[in-house]
Amino acid sequence: MYAVFVLQPLALTIQYSLYRWNGVGPATWVGLSNYVTVLRDPDLFGTIIHSFQLVLFFSVVPVSLGLVTASVIHRVAPGRFGTVTRTVLFLPQVIPLVAAGIIWGWLLSLPGLINQALDAIGLGSVTRAWLGDFDTALPAVGLIGIWVLLGFCTVLLLAGMTKIDPALYESARIDGAGWWREFVSITLPSLRYEVGVCLTVTIVAALAAFDIVYVSTGGGPGNSTAVPGIQIYILAFLERQVGLASALAVLLMILVLVIILPIQRLSREERR
Amino acid sequence: MRISRGEIYAGRALLLGLMAITILPFVSIFMTALHPSGTLPRGLEWPDDPQWGNFLEAFEVANMAALLRSSTFIVLAVVPVALVMATMAGFAIGLLRIPGARALLLLFVFGLTLPFEGIITPLYFLEREMGLLDTRFAIVLPLIALYMPFGVFWMRAHFANLPSDVTEAARVDGANTWALFWRIHVPLARPAIASLGVLMAVWTWNQFLLALVLVEDPLQRTMAGALGAFQGHYATDIPLLCAGTILILLPTLVVYVVFQRHIIAALLQGSVKG
Repeated sequence: MYAVFVLQPLALTIQYSLYRWNGVGPATWVGLSNYVTVLRDPDLFGTIIHSFQLVLFFSVVPVSLGLVTASVIHRVAPGRFGTVTRTVLFLPQVIPLVAAGIIWGWLLSLPGLINQALDAIGLGSVTRAWLGDFDTALPAVGLIGIWVLLGFCTVLLLAGMTKIDPALYESARIDGAGWWREFVSITLPSLRYEVGVCLTVTIVAALAAFDIVYVSTGGGPGNSTAVPGIQIYILAFLERQVGLASALAVLLMILVLVIILPIQRLSREERR
Repeated sequence: MRISRGEIYAGRALLLGLMAITILPFVSIFMTALHPSGTLPRGLEWPDDPQWGNFLEAFEVANMAALLRSSTFIVLAVVPVALVMATMAGFAIGLLRIPGARALLLLFVFGLTLPFEGIITPLYFLEREMGLLDTRFAIVLPLIALYMPFGVFWMRAHFANLPSDVTEAARVDGANTWALFWRIHVPLARPAIASLGVLMAVWTWNQFLLALVLVEDPLQRTMAGALGAFQGHYATDIPLLCAGTILILLPTLVVYVVFQRHIIAALLQGSVKG
């Protein structure tokens, strides 16, 4: 009992002290003027816009594609084939994000696989250095995110699907429901909680994206793929503008909370 | 279930396609890694003369042996400590229901959504003051603390869902809280603790931001952090970069293939609970 009450506050002290650094940081080094700068400076505010665009790729696409993939596995490949698919699709989730960034940095480069494939199907005219082009860099980073997160969403949603009572499907089929009807009126409502979790995880991944962006583009070309995580790093450790970096960090954390909390509440309530 | 043949084939074709997209990048860097060092091959092209020596060269250039030791040290320093702390805290909050447990739990839940980027700046300056920068402990200590929200939440969920009979029976037999924790509940919680441990090990191995900012010497970093430095130095030598990447991936891949059931289950449970 003694140890539990001594060690546990100890753990909490570390915990608290971490948070206090964070809380104290802005208070000591930053006035409100830094927040004004973040919101006014198009480059800094742009990073927040970019991260919302990344949400589209990191979150919306993997969750919807994951829903489709999971239901396909659930329907046509219940046996070993499904297990293999699951294992393979999950693979990108366990490798370091840095590695994913390097791998795709190569695939998307001028001589890389993507351009090779485009050449092969006669689209040689659109080939380019995808990550070095102002117009395509951000979607290209998004593509990496899709690759990494699709497996996670698929496996999680699939786990949710196997918990749905098969009797529901049988009665639906007796009523003559097709694949789409089944999907909309049985699968989707039963998966609200899992979809909520997927959205939470992927949105946090998008808003806090650092590893992939740092390795694949470093925020460039220009500022076209700079996200808050990168900008915080650049400001604090390369440009030594600690105050500004902290203001951006606080805004990022608030942003995450503001977006995540409603999703959590929604998915938990609807579960009952 | 009656499902038409066409649908089965179409579905399987889709899955095969997705699997190919997942695996092709790995194949591509593997083939690229076999090209002569310093050349610029195409994305998917088997070399005329496979240079298996590239792997050896990358192993030496990246000082892989020292790296493996460094990463292993960090994992071994982080995971056991974090596990003990998280289990005890989860026990106190979930089972003993100490005063203020709800408030503590809320604090931890808030910590769950906290992106590392948010605290990296103050962390750097604090560690500079403490003289921890550029040591492995600069990574180890914050990681232990940063895993606490998730770890405590995870263990609390385990302890809170236990039926209270076990605890009561042990109490009747005269067990004090200490014995109750170590003799009864830790052995019972072994699966939950094991999954949490696997998760923390993978996360630590792959941790990049903390390593990048807090430790300058790649040899004191985690695997992922070292890979970042490697990329910085050899960005122009694509085959060597690919060989190095594969070497750094290999341990994770092996662990994944061996423990894939556990890892998938742990990651999923973890996110559902979180």
